[in-house]
Amino acid sequence: MYAQLVETGAKRVKSLDEMSPEERAFQEKIDAEVKIEPKNWMPEGYRKTLVRQISQHAHSEVVGMLPEGNWVTRAPTLKRKLQLMAKIQDEAGHGLYLYSAMETLGADRDEEIEKLHEGKAKYSSIFNYPTLNWADMGAVGWLVDGAAIVNQVVLQRTSYGPYSRAMIRICKEESFHQRQGYQILLDMMREGTEEQKQMVQDAINRLWWPALMMFGPHDDESPNSQQSMAWKIKRKSNDELRQMFIDQTVPQLEFLGCTAPDPDLKWNEERGHYDFGEINWQEFYDVLKGNGPCNRERINTRKKAIEEGAWVREAAVAYAKKQKQRAEAA
Amino acid sequence: MAEWSLYEVFVRSKHGLNHKHVGSVHAADAEMAMENARDLYTRRNEGVSIWVVPSDAITASASDEKEVLFDPSEDKVYRHASFYELPDEVGHM
Repeated sequence: MYAQLVETGAKRVKSLDEMSPEERAFQEKIDAEVKIEPKNWMPEGYRKTLVRQISQHAHSEVVGMLPEGNWVTRAPTLKRKLQLMAKIQDEAGHGLYLYSAMETLGADRDEEIEKLHEGKAKYSSIFNYPTLNWADMGAVGWLVDGAAIVNQVVLQRTSYGPYSRAMIRICKEESFHQRQGYQILLDMMREGTEEQKQMVQDAINRLWWPALMMFGPHDDESPNSQQSMAWKIKRKSNDELRQMFIDQTVPQLEFLGCTAPDPDLKWNEERGHYDFGEINWQEFYDVLKGNGPCNRERINTRKKAIEEGAWVREAAVAYAKKQKQRAEAA
Repeated sequence: MAEWSLYEVFVRSKHGLNHKHVGSVHAADAEMAMENARDLYTRRNEGVSIWVVPSDAITASASDEKEVLFDPSEDKVYRHASFYELPDEVGHM
């Protein structure tokens, strides 16, 4: 999940009887699966929750470019380099679709980005892990984008129209990301040297648990989930999505000929799902609080990009003004 | 960014089809809006033509006013072909 621990401001979900007439009409619309559009009345909590979730999602797309950017100049072939650049460009595009959806709620893009830079806004914990070898590019595409897809496919049905439409567009592009990642690993496992095969296993060992953390805390430790589900901002719970991801990923893992760093991972015939071990939640909360391996580096890189690009934005405005003046004078 | 305007983007996906709203971009001027729209919305042959329109040039109906605004057309069933029943012998019309 690209949005984790999104605050809704609600301690518990109100019943229809406790709502004001406006709130009730709104909730009934949600219950009837009618999409909410920017000009419709909405509770302030709904608006704020969406701004938090969509901005967090957008920030994740943007910060998500950084671990991959690390490998553009180091990609093993021109083909892989072009693919990687296309993927990174998509992530920038996804960030823009999402910031646009967020702006329909009256939020300002610059302000929300400023919150990210001040450490007030979050982005997905996964991007605070380093990408240490080339196989990490494969594992990120396969596991990280794979986890994002599981989450985003469901979000296509989210109750807020602009968010839902952004998700539909993103999902169309996302499967390329996952497939290119898996193919990197497959090539290394099939044609690689012993050392390269070990790189693949090493990448999986490091990224497996952080990928599972992307779905956020357990349902019973996620007080905001209930409100988000009632508003149909979220459509499936964290644990449900995590299970879906594991069930579809384990056969792919086996096909690669690799293993997961989880001794408790095994098929449960009775449940019809894979059982798996407990996530290290302390690590999850530490990374989210800003103490992961790369948190400071990521934010500093973002700030530097904004600062060093300022003159380009200023020049564009100056040029536009000049052209306008010339056109008016002529 | 505050000095950059918002533009709405419309893309014609194929010759013969309407331009359809796909989203928006920020840009310093129309030319830049066009380039940004190309990079953002047509990375995979999604279009053969793009329109960019300053967002503040669009006047929109409020969706909450739906009933009032569209009321005049609701009770005019005689505007639909299905209102006119013809004998089967006439055939398809």
